[in-house]
Amino acid sequence: MIPLEHYLYISAALFSLGVFGVLTRRNAVNVLMSIELIFNSANINLVAFSRFVEGALGGQVFALLVIVIAACEAAVALAIVMSLYRVVKHVNLDDAAELKG
Amino acid sequence: MESMASAAIFYGVAALVLGSALYVVVGRNLVHSAFALVAAFFGVAVFYVYLGADFLAGAQVLIYVGGILTLLLFGVMLTNRIYNLNLRSGAIQVVPGALSAGLVFALLVWIIQSVDWGAMDAGDPGPTSESIGRLLVGDYLLPFEIASVLLLIALMGAAMLVRRRGSRS
Repeated sequence: MIPLEHYLYISAALFSLGVFGVLTRRNAVNVLMSIELIFNSANINLVAFSRFVEGALGGQVFALLVIVIAACEAAVALAIVMSLYRVVKHVNLDDAAELKG
Repeated sequence: MESMASAAIFYGVAALVLGSALYVVVGRNLVHSAFALVAAFFGVAVFYVYLGADFLAGAQVLIYVGGILTLLLFGVMLTNRIYNLNLRSGAIQVVPGALSAGLVFALLVWIIQSVDWGAMDAGDPGPTSESIGRLLVGDYLLPFEIASVLLLIALMGAAMLVRRRGSRS
């Protein structure tokens, strides 16, 4: 059987890759993809702990709620990205500084 | 023998997930990144199957691959000019980003190694959909209701945000 630590290592690697993507990508949609990776790594942790702790199915319920919130986040964030595209005709995050004081 | 094959498949899937996640964050082509994300999501669903979370594995495939990824692909297509065949995404501040991500990874690995989890495999819990359903309408009723209201608000907010200005009908 796979020990708990291996799930945690995989999840930590996935999280770090997501952080790297959020910090370095210029395209807003690509940043959203990296955020989805971070959500997934958190979910792996929740489900792994719910498996390795006796009778703790709550972790899976939380993972389900995380998936719901990820869906909301994707919908609203893409709507914002589309309004941004309509205004400035690109979605490069470091160039979209119209609100900077 | 069987457990060795299952472990081999597990680590193969882990390599697939991390490889496609790496492509998502360093790949140059946006559409290729989106399809690499499909592989990563499927791999995470395989992890859920290994952890005995059958309902969650199904939900992962249906919602992430069927819903969120389609939405992201629409986002890629609609925020680029349609004749722009090579949808590129540049990278900025690569060295500080890699440094921070590496630090985060090192910190997480240090924590994982230094804590004695004392975790025992609780065994395959069997089909989980019934117990998850009972928990959702029992112990977790309030989060469940809040999530449904949040979905409604997100739906209305997204529709309002992408509406063209001046078209009131």
